[in-house]
Amino acid sequence: MNTSRVQCEVSLTVNGELRNLRVYPMERLLDVLRRQLGLTGTKEGCGEGECGSCSVLMDGALVNSCLVPILHAHGVRITTIEGLAEGPLLHGLQDAFLKCGGAQCGICTPGMILAACQLLNEKPQPSLEEIREGLSGNLCRCTGYTQILEAVAEAAGRGSAR
Amino acid sequence: MRSDPADYELVVPGSLRDAVSLLAAQPGIWLPIAGGTDVMVQFAAGKLVAQNLVSLWNLPELRFIEVNDKEIRIGAGSTYTELRKHDVVKREFPLLASAARWTGGIANQNRGTLGGNIANASPAADSLPPLLVYKADLILVSVHGERRVRYVDFHTGYKRTQLTPHELIRAVCLPRSFAGYFSYARKVGARNAQAISKVCVAAVAQVHEGVVADVRLAVGSVAPVPLRLLNTEKVVEGRVIDEALILKAREAARGEICPIDDVRSTAAYRAQVTGNLVAEFLEKLAASGNNA
Repeated sequence: MNTSRVQCEVSLTVNGELRNLRVYPMERLLDVLRRQLGLTGTKEGCGEGECGSCSVLMDGALVNSCLVPILHAHGVRITTIEGLAEGPLLHGLQDAFLKCGGAQCGICTPGMILAACQLLNEKPQPSLEEIREGLSGNLCRCTGYTQILEAVAEAAGRGSAR
Repeated sequence: MRSDPADYELVVPGSLRDAVSLLAAQPGIWLPIAGGTDVMVQFAAGKLVAQNLVSLWNLPELRFIEVNDKEIRIGAGSTYTELRKHDVVKREFPLLASAARWTGGIANQNRGTLGGNIANASPAADSLPPLLVYKADLILVSVHGERRVRYVDFHTGYKRTQLTPHELIRAVCLPRSFAGYFSYARKVGARNAQAISKVCVAAVAQVHEGVVADVRLAVGSVAPVPLRLLNTEKVVEGRVIDEALILKAREAARGEICPIDDVRSTAAYRAQVTGNLVAEFLEKLAASGNNA
């Protein structure tokens, strides 16, 4: 088989905390978050960029962490679902998902909320059509989407962008 | 089975010069990776043959959109998000802006690049028919310098291109000569978002003294390469749009595509839909009131 390549140093800020890691450059950001950093809120669904379960924010932009080689995350800021609440105080989107029944099995929920984060940061008062488009890369197999869309609209109404 | 990252090398060159030098030193060894929306899928599936990857992501020499009086130059590293938000792209190249909006979801649009889409050379890529319609040129770069090629000649067969192992795509150039054209784009897939096209059509035309003028029509997913429908264009150019012409155009389009049966659709369905979309384009052109 092939010889092992060399590991490298990668520094990134995850949920506000600077992390220095020794990694293989082609490790997936998803695996580093889950295995090395223990941040298992980010879920793996399809592993090929189709379902959005592994969505995180990279310098504020939504990305599928299954498609990001960790070396591309050197020097960036990553926000995962664990980084949204402030202590016991839920982020407005998390609160709205609870209130509207936007979470069922929970696998898609972190990605949905992070997709909604990017949307509300860009468009604090999105139309229903804009919410649908903002979440179009995130698949849910339980709720049928209605409660999810309602939750985002509810959070937008409360001014949850930040 | 999933790939082992320990078997792969990924390097981030400091400049475009460094990137092409690496390709020149070991041609065919290094696979470029930009936003990873194609390469990482192959990697995860254990199907990525190349083990040495060179990153083009965020390389400043590739990530720009410049506009001058004559043309727009889109750096190959520009993302779909950047394309769909750019004022000149939206206003003068709406087919490209639409394709950017249809490609994947927001997360993939934030990472996928136009140059990556071109180099990956999928005949199903939504952004490629608009480049045919808009008379795109590509600027290719290597250690020997740059060369400019017509995009229409770039794809030489299924997943084959004019790009040599020591070259990269530097930029896409579109002439700013499509103001006032009627434009038509439509993607047919299993769902609107996040689905690869069964058929996608991009077209522009004008109506001059009651007849079709300067028609350009291209289609994806119905041939080994993104295809310009030259025969269909000839059938409609200079003619009045009526039912007889639409019927002829449908037949011409079906005659010059060669769709296949695959996981996403069938050849018969693709042929029917291509004809329908050509007909819809002409009907909408006739109803548009365009008068150049």
